[in-house]
Amino acid sequence: MRKGSTRLLLITSFLFLQQLAHAQSVEGSGSGTLTLTLLAIVVLIAFFVIIQVSDNLLRIEAKKTGVEGAETNLSIFPGVGELFKTKAPSYADGAVITLSKGFDIKLEGAATGPVDESVKANTFAMQPPNFRGVSPIPKVVVEVGDTVKAGDHLFFDKKNTDVKYVAPVSGEVIAVNRGERRAITEVVILADKNQQFRELSAFDLEKGSREELVNFLLDSGGWSLLRQRPYDIVANHTEVPDNIFISTFDTAPLAPNQDVVVEGKGEAFQKGLDVLNKLTSGKVFLGLNANGEKAPSAIFTQAQGVEKRWFQGKHPSGNVGIQIHHTAPLTPKSCVWTLGVQEVITLGALFTERRFNAERVVALTGAELNAPKYVRTYIGANIGDLLKDNLTDNHIRVVSGDVLSGQTKSSDGYLNFYDDQITELKEGDYYDIFGWLLPDLSSPSASKALPTWIFPDTTFKADTNTKGEKRAFVVTGQYEEVLPMDLYPQHLMKAILTNDYEKMEGLGIHELVEEDIAICEFTCTSKQPLQQILRKGLDMMHEQG
Amino acid sequence: MNNLVEKVKKFEPPKEKKFLHTLFDGFFTFLFTPNTVTKGPGVHVRDRMDLKRTMVMVVIALQLCYLFGTYNIGHQHFVALGQHTAFLEAVHLKIVYGLIQILPIFVVTHVVGLGIEFFYAAKKGHPIEEGFLVSGALIPLIMPPDIPLWILTLAIAFAVILGKEAFGGTGMNVVNIALLARVFVFFAYPTTISGDQCWVSGIEYSGAQAVGEMYGWAHHAFDWLFNGLGMSTFGEGGRAVADGFTGATPLALATQGWENVTAHYSPMQMFWGAIPGSIGETSKPLIIIGALMLAITGVASWRIMVSCLFGAAFMAIVFNLWGFDSYMDIPWYFHFYIGSFWFAMAFMATDPVTASSTNTGKWIYGFGIGALGIIIRVMNLAYPEGWMLAILFMNVFAPLIDHYVLQANINRRMKRVKQVAG
Repeated sequence: MRKGSTRLLLITSFLFLQQLAHAQSVEGSGSGTLTLTLLAIVVLIAFFVIIQVSDNLLRIEAKKTGVEGAETNLSIFPGVGELFKTKAPSYADGAVITLSKGFDIKLEGAATGPVDESVKANTFAMQPPNFRGVSPIPKVVVEVGDTVKAGDHLFFDKKNTDVKYVAPVSGEVIAVNRGERRAITEVVILADKNQQFRELSAFDLEKGSREELVNFLLDSGGWSLLRQRPYDIVANHTEVPDNIFISTFDTAPLAPNQDVVVEGKGEAFQKGLDVLNKLTSGKVFLGLNANGEKAPSAIFTQAQGVEKRWFQGKHPSGNVGIQIHHTAPLTPKSCVWTLGVQEVITLGALFTERRFNAERVVALTGAELNAPKYVRTYIGANIGDLLKDNLTDNHIRVVSGDVLSGQTKSSDGYLNFYDDQITELKEGDYYDIFGWLLPDLSSPSASKALPTWIFPDTTFKADTNTKGEKRAFVVTGQYEEVLPMDLYPQHLMKAILTNDYEKMEGLGIHELVEEDIAICEFTCTSKQPLQQILRKGLDMMHEQG
Repeated sequence: MNNLVEKVKKFEPPKEKKFLHTLFDGFFTFLFTPNTVTKGPGVHVRDRMDLKRTMVMVVIALQLCYLFGTYNIGHQHFVALGQHTAFLEAVHLKIVYGLIQILPIFVVTHVVGLGIEFFYAAKKGHPIEEGFLVSGALIPLIMPPDIPLWILTLAIAFAVILGKEAFGGTGMNVVNIALLARVFVFFAYPTTISGDQCWVSGIEYSGAQAVGEMYGWAHHAFDWLFNGLGMSTFGEGGRAVADGFTGATPLALATQGWENVTAHYSPMQMFWGAIPGSIGETSKPLIIIGALMLAITGVASWRIMVSCLFGAAFMAIVFNLWGFDSYMDIPWYFHFYIGSFWFAMAFMATDPVTASSTNTGKWIYGFGIGALGIIIRVMNLAYPEGWMLAILFMNVFAPLIDHYVLQANINRRMKRVKQVAG
């Protein structure tokens, strides 16, 4: 293939040159000019060849003596990579995977500063719908009025009774809320002032077998921290994962800085990694951020017993799905586990502190907040409690997670189990006169048809307006521009909509979950609900086995 | 702002009157982007870009072609008569003449095309889609200036009903709507769109009779005005052509070799576009400006444009080497001076719905159009120009190209599965 195209290029250029020469000989008053030009070209070529040869000799010598390495280039010509790649940061101690595609939605209201310890939530909830793969009505083992300690069992799936879901805090169970078709949506706990913990037995990682470790995690509640791909479900304890992936940075809009989150948790984080190493037959991969001016936290860069991969690029380069694609791509039969940084810390704390420590650093973000900040709380905290006195406007939407793939919550809803961010944004139910025609500088866009791309550092106040109506797929090549994967999202979506299982599998549906495709949904000109379509496809594939 | 919305909303017809309601909805969303908000699960924030804006970018990019095309109709008319032959002479007459020719074409195109679109939208109960905005802007530009309006009506009805609505509306069509309209005229009424006599407006080749009296009254009205202002007038207008004039386009002349073309038109004249031809395709620099705008804003695929250029150049060079007849001997770079290559490349080939949808496929698709177009232009003298047929042909092949590109992707993935398994 490659040889073929080179040959084609040679032939074309030959034809081209011949034409030029032909034109010259017809037009030229005398053949003198032509001969002189040709001679000049020959001299130039000879000169170039001499330089090239000596340059190469120099480099060969340099390589022998070891002067030239991956970082230094002694040649007078820049390498192709140097011309087109953005320079890898000096603090990265391994190869940096640079992803040129993607798009950062720059919004106002990023959380800053140290963690605010004064904000406290009163109620907390475990929400069964957070755990994909668990049936809608799990068996709840506590009753309203019971007092529980942090780490006590709350419920388990009737189909899979081994995985126990535990209380994040100690206190009194005050409600078991049900939603549509009596599905259990929330088990609410009113937290004690002084937290009580269920003491766990000590577990020796060195001596215990993998089976004992799995049983320990199932009982202690640690198992719910592990998620499995494909399909993004709670990990299956009868399977051994090929690899385990952790992304130590988040590129989603207004996402919390994981360096802040991990501060002071180095021991638990490392312990968590050690536990994961014991669970997998392969390796534990850590995705590191090469975007910043400074190196990421030493807790990440100095982590032991893991394979580190540096990533540079816009969103979604921080998504673990993208990192898996560029490390060891998934196949329909593979099974890998993924965790967030805080899940690893909680997992490690089961061993270092011998208790289920559900502490979470949560970023309160969004332009509608008086003071966007980090707060320290526990899993499933009440959002209303966390945001008290912080909101500027009532006509807002509260989202657990980021604006791309988070879930809308009512103002007294609860933080989702795997989320470490709450975002506020304006409801956009306004009319916009000639909104499709006038150049608009006030809302984000990945398209160059709007003048916003001229000012790349502008931050925007997000709102929830759809900015247009839903249409059939018309524009092509748009999703590929923002998704750094070897994958055709639009064709995959069409395969899902037509229930074409073979094509869905062939086009790589198992490599994606909602958060990976979210940036494509944002840019979609036709306003198609890609995440919903993808989930429909994933559920169909999952049912098929 | 909200007052205005209220005022407009007062006119909203009841939902039972389907057609009226669809019509109202169409104009309402034209005036205001609706107040709908994102619903979960999914993104909470949406990109400012929508399909209306995409489509209107193309229409904006075409405006220079419209301006020049209008003027050129008038200019060619007077040149044929041997009056006001300098380009900037009698500007007012040329503009008025051009407008009188192009406005009916534009209006008929939109009334017929949008009418059908509205009808189907009401019938199927979905909102009016903006696909015809672009088709409607393209169609007048690719027609000869004297196209009879009833033929135009038939062509557009054919293209929109059979080409688009039959397949399910915007985004579902297989071939380019604008080109389908043109190809309908080309095969059903060939004399109105081929030969030497259709490219210059309002002239008569035999005798001195006044023809094209259709808009005579309008010309008379303007004569009255211009007379009062002391400017030159249309007059009775001996409508017979001046001696030695042929209405032939460079393409028709090129069959006898390049010298025959340059005997009538200088390369610069062909480049800037003061030559007979379809309304909007003659001026190369203005089309290139539009093409650049589309490529930079990402509305049209630069991959298709570039590969189209390469395909045409490659094929023309091959013909130069072959050199079988005098048409093949036209230096390859002069192929870009004649005919409607630029218009086809910038606005027709890049239609995202009918083009190849994968990036690799776009390279192949564009190259195919470029090469095929030159082949038809040079080898088949029965067809004066190749782009229309080349693009329609590649439109049909685009899904096949995509199929193989996707299959390659699937095979790569399957290979990985085998590696893991084995």
